[in-house]
Formats: sequence, structure tokens, C-alpha cells
Amino acid sequence: MSIDMSQFHQVFFEESFEGLDVMETGLMELDLGEADVEEINTIFRAAHSIKGGAGTFGFDDIASFTHVMETLLDEMRSGSRDVTREAVDLLLTSVDCLREMLSAVDAGDAIDEERKNSIQAKLEVMLANGSGTQPEKQGSNSGGTGNDHPTAGVWKIRFAPHPHLFRTGNDPVRMFRELEHLGELNTTVDTSKLPPFDELDPEESCFEWELELRGECSEDDIIEVFEWVDEDCDLSISRIEDKSEQNTDPENDPSISKGSTGVTEEKPEETQKIQQKLPATKKKASKKTSNENSSIRVGIDKIDALINMVGELVITQSMLSQISEKFMLEDIERLRDGIDQLERNTRELQENVMQIRMLPISFSFNRFPRLVRDLASKLGKNIELKMSGEQTELDKTVMEKIGDPLVHLVRNSLDHGIEMPEVRKAAGKPETGVLSLNAYHESGSIVIEISDDGAGLNTEKILQKAREKGLVGEEEELPDEKIHELIFAPGFSTADQVSDVSGRGVGMDVVMKNIRDLGGVVEIKSEKGKGSTFTIRLPLTLAILDGQLIRVGRHIYIIPLVSIIESIQIEEENCNSIAGKAELYKLREEYIPVVRLHKLFNVEPDSKKLSNGILVVAESEGQKVGVFVDDLLAQQQVVIKSLETNYQKVDGISGATILGDGTVAMILDLPGLVDLSKKDSGRSSHKEVLMAEEAVA
Amino acid sequence: MDIETQSEIPSMINSDPDLNRDQFLSFFLDGEEYGVDILRVQEIKCWENATEIPNAPEYIKGVINLRGTIVPIVDLRLRFGLEPVEYTKTTVVIVLKVISAERERTVGFVVDAVSEVYNIENGLLQPPPEMGDSLDLDFVKGLTAINNNMVVLLDVDRLIEDEAASSSHELH
Repeated sequence: MSIDMSQFHQVFFEESFEGLDVMETGLMELDLGEADVEEINTIFRAAHSIKGGAGTFGFDDIASFTHVMETLLDEMRSGSRDVTREAVDLLLTSVDCLREMLSAVDAGDAIDEERKNSIQAKLEVMLANGSGTQPEKQGSNSGGTGNDHPTAGVWKIRFAPHPHLFRTGNDPVRMFRELEHLGELNTTVDTSKLPPFDELDPEESCFEWELELRGECSEDDIIEVFEWVDEDCDLSISRIEDKSEQNTDPENDPSISKGSTGVTEEKPEETQKIQQKLPATKKKASKKTSNENSSIRVGIDKIDALINMVGELVITQSMLSQISEKFMLEDIERLRDGIDQLERNTRELQENVMQIRMLPISFSFNRFPRLVRDLASKLGKNIELKMSGEQTELDKTVMEKIGDPLVHLVRNSLDHGIEMPEVRKAAGKPETGVLSLNAYHESGSIVIEISDDGAGLNTEKILQKAREKGLVGEEEELPDEKIHELIFAPGFSTADQVSDVSGRGVGMDVVMKNIRDLGGVVEIKSEKGKGSTFTIRLPLTLAILDGQLIRVGRHIYIIPLVSIIESIQIEEENCNSIAGKAELYKLREEYIPVVRLHKLFNVEPDSKKLSNGILVVAESEGQKVGVFVDDLLAQQQVVIKSLETNYQKVDGISGATILGDGTVAMILDLPGLVDLSKKDSGRSSHKEVLMAEEAVA
Repeated sequence: MDIETQSEIPSMINSDPDLNRDQFLSFFLDGEEYGVDILRVQEIKCWENATEIPNAPEYIKGVINLRGTIVPIVDLRLRFGLEPVEYTKTTVVIVLKVISAERERTVGFVVDAVSEVYNIENGLLQPPPEMGDSLDLDFVKGLTAINNNMVVLLDVDRLIEDEAASSSHELH
């Protein structure tokens, strides 16, 4: 009995959160009025697992709360309650509340009792009110109204588990605890079948129980508790005459709040042969899980593929070592073959290991039906959500980080994009607006499109706002694409009033920044009156990047290939400088600031003269910079390693990687470099300026 | 106080009376002998060229690839403000586990040569003397005498704590 349950908590939480997602998705798909029993069943099962788990781990608040939800679902399932919009809404709110409770318990915080109680009360009121098909429950005890309806009464249960009960993973104590939720429980254990001590097998169950349950429940409720063991025990349930009314037992007051109050308190029990004390497992999750070790579920086929590949790798390795044992010159061909094979194995292995971190984007998309539904009703708009490409896979880390920007863009489309039904009608469009989410793979990146058939971006309004804010000159004319990009400028909002939905602090600039941090880009296509499309292009993974190796003196650095626009041989007549400090390079019609890597990193270059080196023109946060380097080397995929694991953050460096020869090379962080060069030119001493001038000259 | 807690915990866990002592790995640095808790030593390896970290303090020689992880290398001579020497074949790197600011890091320390493993009884550890402001001895855990030679036992966690503080200082 005294197994440390806390080790399973994490699994319970993960499974519960998954269960909640299932419930939410299921509830969203329920057709009002006529519900598909199978769908309700799915929701019910998820709720039931959460309740069971919560009961096992002693999270009584959660168990009791889920129990009420489950009862409601059960009535829907059996058809005795119609699936109404109110019921679904209430259940969705309950799912949210349950999620909050679970996160709170997971983090070791206290549960928001007030919220929980208010929602639970609403659920109970709904249960009590019935739905027409169910007879009103009366306070008076009408005796035998049938077993299907909860009525106060005393139930006698004889529970005789078969000896192998424990092996099926069931625990009577857990079931009793669940029974306790139904009412006051007296247990009497019958130890007559207990063998002599020396014949005792601790893995066998030898007890039988007589249970007396005093409370308001139906036979079905009781059977449900024993649902998972019904083939492993002899069970008999009978109702005995209720004498409680004479007893004036306050516990027996058939008010509906019963479930919530009767849970946590221990009830005084009278004379019993052996009292089954239910252990008070009110242990709190001891650890804070702010940066928890998250886990990932991997399909068995992916694991099998890996095992296969490792097998091949082992074969290749043994082949190579065989060749090396007595190596002759004529073996060189076989050696080369072997190395080719090794290369192939390694590449496949790498790809497959990366696959493990890949999850379908539906994990991220799944929250949108709910979001769109809630927002649409709040805004009074009719919106249909279309999703496609949900099975497109991307790295778990990327997915976690893209969630918020996506939500923001979707909210934005709903609020600003799609018009009110009247407006749409007037414009000759169908009243229901369409928001589509689409995801697909394209040349090593994942593309996510969010498009609406709304009003489109109002270029005039944007331009006007931008002029007001001084982002664009009064007379300046811009092409449409440039105007669209303005909405990503910090603090830019065309919303006339700040609504609950958007126009608040978090702006499109944050969206842009988050996406850029992931190494992605956003494109906007918009046509006035027809709608807009936001296209997000992201790398598939954050663990590997395509890098351009560059050299400064004897140092090798890596620039992410995605940010490089072009690399050019420097021509002297295009070099300019301002006040001898800031250097600019004239590339076609643009002046680009030059960042001297050797100066920022204080290393010795081959030459300080610009015309001897190469300028790598790259984009950093929407701005072009030219990085001055000695030489360009190979382009290759590099695995990103953190410098911070064992050291600390270094300005201008985003990480490190290991090159083919086993040495370490630093990966440059372009925005960081730009900041560094700003600081550098600020404190640049007179002497350095003179040196730089000499170099330019 | 640090010495008390650090040395008493193992003696309570280990009932074996022989283990009422700590083991230290000693090494030489500019003719003086230093010791570090042997349980913190991950490995001892030869010096290999490290990749320099831009704008790092001088005593950070760079980072190396230690079987796939990036490990910074600290030159202990430079860290203590001693004269630098050219690295030779006997120059070794002691890779230590350092715990500071609630995280565990792996850091390599360049020393002149590794010497021996000593068993030092808890009672024989002498706290570092007060040297005033002229010499910061935070990273000294205690002193002990082995065959009449002084061995300075280092608190490895303090070594890196200082390093992080001073290097960030240098950057600003």
C-alpha cells in the first residue's frame, strides 16, 4: 500500500491534459440536439479516466468535480438528457476549470476553490433540473422508483474479489474511496477466507467486504465503480429499507451539493469489526514544475525504424573493423564502400532521430475550433473554420513556440479581418466568413497559412496611421507590400478602439519577433474586400541549421544560411564612412552598415582592408547588414549546441556546433552582432577610429 | 561553516569508519599543490586546442568538444593571476562538475600536472586564514599538511561563481 505514488503524478497529469483535449475536441464536435452516442462515449471515457486517476492519487477535489461532469455526460449518453447548447457550454467551462485545477495541483499551488465551487454548483443545478425526460427528484423518499435514479437510501453491497484481483491492477481501497464520494460508507471486512500466515500469498486477495452505503445514488452509480473489476469479483448489490429519516441523519439530506461536501472529510464510523481507514493522501505535488521535464509520445513504428537502422549501423561497423584488421591495398575499394554505407546509415539515423521530435501540427491547430467558436459568438460574427494539413509534422519545440503567434494571428483575422454579417451581406458576400488554416511542407520548411475572406488590410488607413506616427514621411509613397509590413511595426494598431480581442499590448511586432526568433518569416498577401493571407515559413527543426562557414583569421564562424542574402567581393569605390566611424557599403542603390567581425570579437584577421575580404550581406530583424569576413568556406548542416549549458550567454553568439574534425565553431547571432557593433561604435576609442581609417584608405 | 556541513554529510551516510574522510585529487600549479574533491572530477584529459570565445576573460581559454557537449576551459594559472606558461605534453585538463546558481555545469581546468589522491580526515582540515583585502580566498575550502607540505583544498563551486561574476563584469 505504501508505494510512493508521487512518481506517477507526472504521467497522470500528462494523461489528464491529453484527456481534457479529447473532451474539448469531442464537445466541439457534438451536434446539438441529436448527439452521436459514440462521441459522447469518447468524452465520457476521458472524464472517467481523469476521475479514476484523480481518485487514485488522492486529488479529491478533482475527482469530485469530474464526477459531477461525468454524471451529466452519463445522462446524455443514456439519452435521458438532451444535448443542449447550455450543457455543452457548461461542460466546456468545466473542462477549462478542470485544466486550471490540474495545472494548479501540478505546480503545487492551491486550487481556485471559488471558481471550482461555482462551476460545480452550476453543474449540479443542471443535473437537479433534469431535462424533461427525467423525473424530478423529490426530497421525500419514494422508495422504489427504480434503480436508475439517484435517491437517498441504504445500499448493501457484498464485494468478494477473486484471488487474482491485485494482478489486474485494481485496488479495492481506491474503489471504496470512490464509493465514499457517493455517500457515507461503512465497510466490514470478512477475513474468514484468510489462510494461515505461512500459506499466505501476499499477491492474492483473500478478503471479502460487506459495504453499507448510505447516500443518494443509483444502482448504476455503484456498478460503475466496480466496472473495471466486474469479471474479477462476485458482486451483489441490494437496497435495504432506509431508516435514515428517523435517524435524522444530517448527512442524508438529499440536497444535491452532497458530492462536494462529503468528499474530503472523514466520517465518524461506529462499531465495525475492522475499520477500513482510507489513507489521507492529501500530499501535495512537492516540486514546482515551472520548467518541467516534458515528455513526448513516440509511435512504436518510429522506434522500430530506429532499431532497424542501428542494426544496420552495427553491421557496417563490424564490416569496417573486419577490413581494418588485416588491411591490404586492394581492400581500398571495399573500405570506400563501407564508408559510403556508414555515411548513408548516419544520415538516415539522423533523419529518423529528428523524426522522433516531430509532431503533427494538429496539436497546435486543435485549440482553434474552440477559440474561433468562443470569439465568434463574442464578436457576433458568423465564422466557419476550415483546417487542412493538420498531419503536417514539425519539431516539438517549434510547435510550442509558434502556438502564441498563431493564436494572435487568428484572433487578428477574426477581429479585424472578417466583417460583421450585415457588412458582409451589403458587400455581396455570404454572411458566414471563412477562416482557413493550412499547413504543408515546402523545401525543408513548414509553411502555415492563415487566411480569411474578410475585408483585407486597409492600406490607406495603415498609411495614414504610419504617417501620424512618423513611421513614413508625409509625401512618401510605398508599394502595397511595404504598407502591409508596417503592421508589424512596434506599437502599431489601426483598431479604432482597443477591444477585448485585439488591439491590446501584445502586438503584431511580438508575433513577428517570435517568428523571427524561430528563424522564420511572415508574408502578407491582402486584397481589399477579398481578404488577407498570412503565410508563416518556419524551419522544421531548431536542432539543425543550414550554415555558411566563414573564416576570420584562424577562426571559423557559422552564419545561418537563411539570413544570408548574398555574399560579395568588396569594391573599394563603394566603401563609405560617416565621421570616420560608421562604415557603409553601397550595394546597388542601398547603403548597408558594415560590421567588422574581427573588431567585435577582437581577433586577428588576414587583412583589415575591406577590399581584401568578402562582405556577407545578411538580414537581421528586417535590416540589412554587411558582415566583413576574410573568406567564405563550405556550406553545411550543423547541429546546434548550447553554450549556456556549461558556460553562459555570449553576446553576438547564438550557440556552438561541432565541425567534422571535432573542433568547436561558434554560430553567429546577427541581431546580437548588430547590437554589439552599436555599442562598439559608441565606445570606440579615437585610436581605433584612426586605425579603421587607415584600413579603409 | 561550509566545511562543517560538507564534511559531515558523507560521514553520516557511510557507516564505514574508514570513510570518515574525504578523498581529494591533488595537482600542481606553479610549484604549489592544490586539491579538489575527487567526487567532482569527471575526467582528466590532455590539453587540446580550444575554440576561443569572443570577448571572454583571458583565463577562459575557450570551449572544447567533450563527446558532443561544449565544455569551457579555464586556465587556473591565469585565474589565480599567476604567470602563464606554454602548454606542454604534461599539461592536463581536469574536467570538474561545478554546481553554482542551482545548475550543474561541466568545466575543464588547465593545471600544470596532476599529482596524487589523498585521504584527508575531516578533523585535519584547517580553515583558510584571513588575508585581508589583498587576497580573495573565497575559493579556498581549507588547508591541510601532507608530509609537511601544504595542500590547498579548493571549493570548486566558488571558482566558477567568481568566474561568472567577473566575466560578466568584464563584458560591461
